[in-house]
Order: sequence, then structure tokens, then C-alpha cells
Amino acid sequence: MTFWLLLTVNSVTFGGLLFLLSAGFSLIFGLMRIPNLTHGSMFMVGAYLGTTFLSGALGFKLNFWLAAILAAVEVAILGGLMERLLLRRLAGQPLAQVLVTLGVSFMVADLCLMAWGGDPISVTTPSGFAGFVRWGGAAFPLYRMAVIVIAVVFAAALWVMLDRTRLGAMIRAGVDDPQMARVVGIRVSQLFTIVFALGAGLAGFAGMIGGPILSVYPGLDQDMLPLALVVVILGGTGSLLGSFVGSIIIGFIYNFGQALLPELAYFILFLPMVLVLLLRPQGLFGGQVL
Amino acid sequence: MTGPAANPLTGRRIAIAIAILALIAVPYAITETYYVNIASQILLYAVFALGLNVLVGYAGLVSLGHAGLFGIAAYIVAYLLAAGYSHAFAILCGLAIGLVATAGFAALALRATGISFIMITLALGEIIWGVAYRWISLTNGDNGISVASRPAPFGFALSSAKGFYDATLIVFLLAAVAVTIFVRSPLGAALCGTRDQPRRMTALGFHVWMIRFWAFMLSGLLTLAAGILFVYYNQFISPQALALTASAEGLLMVISGGAGTLLGPIVGAALVVIVKNVVSAYVTRWNFMLGAIFVAIVVFMPEGLVPGAVRLARSALKSSARQKTAASLAVTKQ
Repeated sequence: MTFWLLLTVNSVTFGGLLFLLSAGFSLIFGLMRIPNLTHGSMFMVGAYLGTTFLSGALGFKLNFWLAAILAAVEVAILGGLMERLLLRRLAGQPLAQVLVTLGVSFMVADLCLMAWGGDPISVTTPSGFAGFVRWGGAAFPLYRMAVIVIAVVFAAALWVMLDRTRLGAMIRAGVDDPQMARVVGIRVSQLFTIVFALGAGLAGFAGMIGGPILSVYPGLDQDMLPLALVVVILGGTGSLLGSFVGSIIIGFIYNFGQALLPELAYFILFLPMVLVLLLRPQGLFGGQVL
Repeated sequence: MTGPAANPLTGRRIAIAIAILALIAVPYAITETYYVNIASQILLYAVFALGLNVLVGYAGLVSLGHAGLFGIAAYIVAYLLAAGYSHAFAILCGLAIGLVATAGFAALALRATGISFIMITLALGEIIWGVAYRWISLTNGDNGISVASRPAPFGFALSSAKGFYDATLIVFLLAAVAVTIFVRSPLGAALCGTRDQPRRMTALGFHVWMIRFWAFMLSGLLTLAAGILFVYYNQFISPQALALTASAEGLLMVISGGAGTLLGPIVGAALVVIVKNVVSAYVTRWNFMLGAIFVAIVVFMPEGLVPGAVRLARSALKSSARQKTAASLAVTKQ
């Protein structure tokens, strides 16, 4: 019983991480109509930068949460720069943009390998979160519960942002019909940069938050990108609700798969994707932002 | 294979005949094993790129999962050989099971087109990589599977570098002829139609999905053939051959050479294999180079080397002023 409960908590935690990763991926896709293949790299870079701030290799030492926020901000800036300097040059050529993100992801992976070496770096759980919560005879790792809370808070914040603010309304307009949005005076290309930076920052933040659970290693990007892809194919591109539901589903399937059929954990991910593609190719919640 | 000497000797035919003779002569001209092996690699990857180009160039469907198909064939052959089956059986199974997998791939990926097609093929390719990497009892995980020997069809040993080169050349020529016939057939013309005007093709009564499906199958068949050549060339297969970088390398060959041309992917394969071998002799940063070349080609020469060179040569041949404006017009159009 405890085993199943723990597995469930782990699944929801992983789902929360996936949500932080795929929400940005999905928004970028919805608005710019391209899958950002550097998204896994941003997750990894966020984690590497965060561990560097933690380790004090730069001459100063930050606490875990500050490191995570600073890493997220830096990754967001990198994402914004990439959108401005590279993708903007290729406006209107989605294929070229996808290939550029693919090329950049290889370069980033190699640069990270150069900068941080090939050994996995483990991230210590932030102080105060190393313990357990006891509830009804079972003990739940406090940090994993915290990750769930963070993911829910971010989901709520993103929802409020998209549903209630002016920026959110502009993003929804841009996702819905970019040409018309331009006509009514929304600067869609500026939205591109904002959403790209936001998505990158979320991915970088998720990378650091996921550090104590996944650790950081070369190839982390290649592990996370397909998961984000599967979440978005499942949930529907451009849909916040879709990436939330998709993340939880994939979190469960991946964790239960790893616990019960470790060799096939990756393969089992395939099944919900096949079902959705066959029965509802636009994804569970495709076509709506919220 | 003496070349079509009898009938109208157009420049094109002479060029093709010379090229084929030159390809046959390669292992005689350069006897050093290392270079013959590089030539074999180029031809092997040219088969892969020719197959991928059927989808990317002629169908307008960019696949990032082809390394998965490549790997399926390679793994099946390696697994069956390790289990003690004969070469003929292993190769036939590799092609047969691989074609079934290709049909599955196609059925799923063709639920979408454009960017979503890229995403689905990427996810499928990564899942196959994940299986090769994690299903250790079947694939031996990261350690891969070794192949003890190369086959000797009709007493024609492939164990030497030259023997293998000749076999690869035969497969390559068959692949090139197959793609040429396909592209020039009504089906090939219809395929280009589905790339440029899918809705109009539907209105004209063509079954767009089915046309794309058969293009995918041809593409898959060539990819499987390249995968089998690959596993015999290296006599080893590991998950690395299925990684996203491998799919991206294939795509780079197609795009750098020029998608939608017959010669482009072959030139691209030669370029990538040579650059990869030269670069890895000096620096260990091939992935960085791969990414940088990718970005540079997409940003600066999106049409690829072959169409770019053809355009340059044409405009150099003809008189200057009008030609220049036409070329710049064509560029701005693109």
C-alpha cells in the first residue's frame, strides 16, 4: 500500500516537473507554430547554471531557491536572445526555424559537456525540505510535495495570466489568429519574444527544481525533450489545460512503467500517444488555450 | 555497366556513365583501406539520404525519426545473427519486420503534416532509441550487439574493404535507380503535387494520404537497406546509431545537398561523411560542428549546395544583367 502511495506521489511530482517544462513548450508552439527543440536543452542549462550558483564556483553561494530563480532568469534571457537574433531572421519559415532550434540544441549540449564535464552532478535537496511528511502511516518526502505545490502554483499563475491579464488576452488572440491580432494592433512579434523567454525560463526553472530528483547529467536534454513532445501531442498543442493533464498522465505512466516494467518504461509512453493520434489527432484539448 | 554508349549521347548520359565508372574505379584508384572504407560510408549514407529525401524533398514531409527505422533493421539483423540464424534469413527478416514498422510509423505520422509531422516522427524515433537503450535483455543496452562476420553472397566475400565497397555500390546504384524511376513516374509527379497543393490534389481525385503512405514506404525501404549495410559495415550496433543526432545528420545530408533533387542527397552524404571524418580527426566536438553547420546552412543557404551551385553556374554562363535580376528575383521569392 505504501509502495503504491509513494509511487503515486512520485508520479504527480514528475508530472508537475513535466508541466513546468511542457507549458512553455506548448505556449510557444501555440503562438509561433514551431516545436522548440531547444526546450530540453533549456531544462538542462537551467539545472547546470543552478548547480553552479549552489556550488559557489563563481565566488558566491546562493541558496537553492535563489539559485533556481536566477538560473530561470538567465535561461529566459538566453531564450529571448535566441528568438530575437536567430528565429526572427527566419520569420515565416517554420521549417527553417525548427531546424535552427535543432542545430542550437546540439551546440548547447556540446557546450554544456565542455563546461561541466561528463559526470553527473547531484543536487542536494534544499535545507528544510530534506525530511518527510507523515500522514496515515506513510511517509512522503517533503521536497516532492513541495514540487507538487510549486507546479500547482505555477499552473494557477499561468492560468490567471492567460485568462485575466491584458498580456494573456493578447497571447490568446495571437494563438487564435496571428494575422487578425496584428490587424487590431497587437505586436505579435513582441509577444513571440515574451512567450519564448517565458517558456525558456519555465524550462530552466523546472531543470533546477528537478535537480534533487533527477540530478544533472549530459543527455538530460535528450531525455526530457521527448517527454515534453509526448505531453504536448497528448494534451494538444497550445493548450495549458492540455499540458497539465498530459503531464500528469505521462508522469503516472512513466513512473509506474519504471517501477513495474523498467525495461519498457520508455516504450509504454508510446501507447497513449498512439491512442490519441488515432482517435483524436489534435490532442485531448487541442485548439483551445485554456 | 559500360554506360549507354550506343544511343543519343547527351551530356547528361555521358556524365552519369563517367560517374558510375569512376565509382567502380574507386577501390582500384585508392587502395588504402581507410579511404575505401570512407567511400563505403559515403555510399551507405547516400542510400539513407536518398530514402529520406523522398519524404523531405518530394513529399515535403520532414522526418526526424528515420534513424529509428535505420536502427530497427540494423538491430533485427544483429539480433538474429547473434541468435545463430543465417545471413539471408536475418536480412530478409530485417527488411520484412522493418517494413511493418515503417507502415506503423507512416500510419501514425501521417495523421499530421507539416510541423506536427516532425514532432510525431521525432517522438517515434526517440521512443525506438529508448527501447534500444533500455530494453537491455533484448538489445544489450548501451553495450550494443556485435556481428561476427559479413556475408559472402554467391561466394563473393564482403569481408575485405573492397568487397564491401562493391556490395554497397550495387545497393547504392539500385537505390538511385529506384528513386529516379519513382520520381519520374506518375506517382512521383502526384507526390510533388501533394507537397505543393494538397487540397487541389484532393479535389482532383487523388488519394493524398495513400500517395504519401507509399512515398513513406519507399523512403523506409531505402532507410532499412542503409541500416543493414551499416550493421555489416561496423559489425556492431549500439543505441548511438538511433539517436536524434543520427536523424539530424541524415536530414543535414538532404538539406545541405539540396532537398528535392536526385544528386543533392548524394553530395550531402559525401559532404557530411567527409567533414565528420576530417573534423573528428582534429577536434572531438562533432556535435557542436553538426549544430553549427545546420544553423549556418539553414540561415545562409536554405536551398542547399546543389541547387545553389546550379543557380550560380547558370547565371555565370548566361549574359549578366538580365540574369542577375532574375536570380535575385528568384532568391527574394524563396
